[in-house]
Amino acid sequence: MTAEGFSLNGGSDDVAAEHRTSRNPLVRFLGTWVFSRDHKMIGLQFLFSSLIWLAIGGLLALAIRWQLAWPWTEIPIIGRTLFAAEGGQITPQFYNVLFTMHATIMVFFVVVPILTGAFGNYLIPLMIGARDMAFPTMNMLSYWLMWPAFGCMIWAMATPEQGPDFGWTAYPPLSVLFGDAQSLWTLGLVFVGISSMLGSINYITTVLQLRAPGMTLFRMPMTVWGLFITAILQAFALPVLTAALVMLLLEKVFQTGFFLPNGLEANAIQPLDGSGGQPLLWQHLFWFYSHPAVYIMVLPAMGMVSDMLSCGARKPLFGYRPMVYSMIAISGLGFIVWGHHMFVSGMSYFLSVSFMISTMLIALPSGVKVFNWLGTIWGGKLRMDSPTLFGLGFISMFIIGGLSGLLMAATPVDMVITDTYFIVAHFHYVLFGSSILGVFGAIYFWFPKMFGRMMNDFWGQVHFFLSFIFVNGTFFPMHFLGARGFLRRTADPYVVEGFRDLLPVNQFITWCAFGMAAAQVIFLINFLGSLFWGRKADANPWRANSLEWTIPNCPPHGNFASIPEVYRGPYEYSYPGHDSDYWPQSEAPA
Amino acid sequence: MYRFWGLLFLAVPVVGTLIYLLAMLGIAPFQGLGLPPNYNEAGVEIDHLYNLIHVIMAVVFVATGLMLGGLIWKYGARQELGARYFTHSNLLELTWSVAAAGILVFLSLYQLNSWAENKLERPQVEIAGRTEPQPPLAKVVAKRFGWEFYHAGPDGRLDTPDDVYVENVLRVPHGEPVVLQLESRDVIHSFFVPGLRLKQDVVPGMQHFVWFKATSPVELEIICSELCGWGHYTMQGRMQLVSRADYDRWLSEQSPWKQFAAEGEQE
Repeated sequence: MTAEGFSLNGGSDDVAAEHRTSRNPLVRFLGTWVFSRDHKMIGLQFLFSSLIWLAIGGLLALAIRWQLAWPWTEIPIIGRTLFAAEGGQITPQFYNVLFTMHATIMVFFVVVPILTGAFGNYLIPLMIGARDMAFPTMNMLSYWLMWPAFGCMIWAMATPEQGPDFGWTAYPPLSVLFGDAQSLWTLGLVFVGISSMLGSINYITTVLQLRAPGMTLFRMPMTVWGLFITAILQAFALPVLTAALVMLLLEKVFQTGFFLPNGLEANAIQPLDGSGGQPLLWQHLFWFYSHPAVYIMVLPAMGMVSDMLSCGARKPLFGYRPMVYSMIAISGLGFIVWGHHMFVSGMSYFLSVSFMISTMLIALPSGVKVFNWLGTIWGGKLRMDSPTLFGLGFISMFIIGGLSGLLMAATPVDMVITDTYFIVAHFHYVLFGSSILGVFGAIYFWFPKMFGRMMNDFWGQVHFFLSFIFVNGTFFPMHFLGARGFLRRTADPYVVEGFRDLLPVNQFITWCAFGMAAAQVIFLINFLGSLFWGRKADANPWRANSLEWTIPNCPPHGNFASIPEVYRGPYEYSYPGHDSDYWPQSEAPA
Repeated sequence: MYRFWGLLFLAVPVVGTLIYLLAMLGIAPFQGLGLPPNYNEAGVEIDHLYNLIHVIMAVVFVATGLMLGGLIWKYGARQELGARYFTHSNLLELTWSVAAAGILVFLSLYQLNSWAENKLERPQVEIAGRTEPQPPLAKVVAKRFGWEFYHAGPDGRLDTPDDVYVENVLRVPHGEPVVLQLESRDVIHSFFVPGLRLKQDVVPGMQHFVWFKATSPVELEIICSELCGWGHYTMQGRMQLVSRADYDRWLSEQSPWKQFAAEGEQE
């Protein structure tokens, strides 16, 4: 690899640069928004597409909530159009499509891409003092590959069965036997997998190879650590999922017999002549990726929250090295806990015991992180602005989501609560309460760097307050539903007599979900409004230390006028004897 | 404004724990939000574990939650003072790591017996002087979207001509260990009886065994808890727990399942 790939000389190799200055508006548009190999532009592409999918996935969630609160009633406004044949109500088939697509979109099109694609791309080179990613073309391709995936999912929704209806976990035989949407769904995820793999190889190489002089590994901000470890997780886990998805596709299209057992009487039509496949094989392969994916979806947010909190408290991050070590421990243990998704699946129950112990142990590094965040704000000078609030909200929600995980680690208790709303409560506290709140905070925090303007802080705080209230209102009662055995993934749980008295709880949850959606409208208006009319921001509005704040907002291609020299870690806030309460990493010692 | 945010964060552990307490004590409007009644001997230990872990969770939740809220209350207001500069404390890290690890290891070991009782140690019986795993009382066959039950006939063995076939209602004696054999005809289902604290996925191509010892004569709901298609939500059955005498009488009144009976005559 020559300097062409590493682009150390100011990005003069960028083929798109000349197009950006072209007189033809179409060429200019394509050069800027499509053919750009600038990591920042690719990050913004990921950011915008993820936010659009977040809105779509959120609307699907509201439809799910509608059905659970007022089952088989006409959906207001859109019901008549979407379900004309059924009198405006959701069909059981389409209900299954709803939660399948909600999960697929939120996991693969929102949380993973917004954390690694958007913030990973935008922040890694800026924070380590590099001009760009190690492989800019590969980076561009990693975003391009998302579009075939988007296309596949939308196409899947246009099939006669209205979309994939087997849950995002796609357990065979169900996911192999019925309909065509399954093939499109699988193909779409293969594209996502390849996209993420390209991204992760890029991030690992960039972090290892392109750090500025003086930027040792232990001077990297936690954001970079989170993204770096996430990239390692992806690089090792995603090939397994991608291979498994290809196997699933082959099973569907060519009846290869990886997963279908002999003697299956599918649809009560005729016995399928399987070839001795094993349905549990899919579950092992799927969760071998999808459990590390849980950490892929939270570690970068943990990193960004650490940076925002330290800056907001004007105080060093407490226990920087333990924080790094606990991230490494989480990623290591994360590879040997996947079996806890399968405690009642029929796999060896002796093996379950070892998965139970590793799952219990992974609570330890997560707990260490919480204690260290508390240590970070202890004795600080807490600045209560939108990013800090969302960071604090992240901790509060992560405590709940992390603790409820203990019940799932305990195998006998898991036997009772698995497949119920307790699980739904648990992972939404982590994925929505923690990761998405963390992402909101990060958007408020890095918005000035990305777009040169501040987001409105007052409306940011209102957005936080309402989101925080409604996240809890929506997800906290789900713990009680789960304790009662209230099942997830059922179109009409009230068919079961024992669940009928839980209808009012579900109606309360649905009202809170609508409130949460309304709170996001505030965010949307604030975001779009600030893009055009926000207050102009100076280069370092938060008085933060890391390298991206030393260069002008909306940094040009190539980022740094000259590669900075790094003298210290990123958390030297309120350093005794220093004349200001922050001390940028690249400021030369006196 | 700092006080406001401090109070908001303080409210999380306070309100959360309060609602949990009210739900556990059954006080309106939070009554009926705990575990459903349990009718399985092994379920007592599961409920105990469930409550114990909740107590541990509550302690940590309240402690960390109050600390988070309290720190915001206190240090949010400290704008005129500077922040204190300190970076780490190995002693603190060690203390909380060891304490947390101790609790986690204790929990890991403490639950092993219950898991073994429910999933590893199938009840044993004496058959002809030898100790053997107890044979299943009935075979439960899951299909889209219902349950088939094949009771072992007078010979006590499954898949023989005297098997009795019933759909959707499973009669089972209470007061003694019962073993069921689970199979699936098509996709993965899951045999879930909340009242027995019992759940087992039913994977096509595999045989699973579940066991329990029901305590009283009640009627419980069997629910499929693994997504099996559009009609998943309709897939349920009932379990009637009856006395041994009633069970034997009921079984003797049934005629063997026709197909097996026909095959028997041909031989």
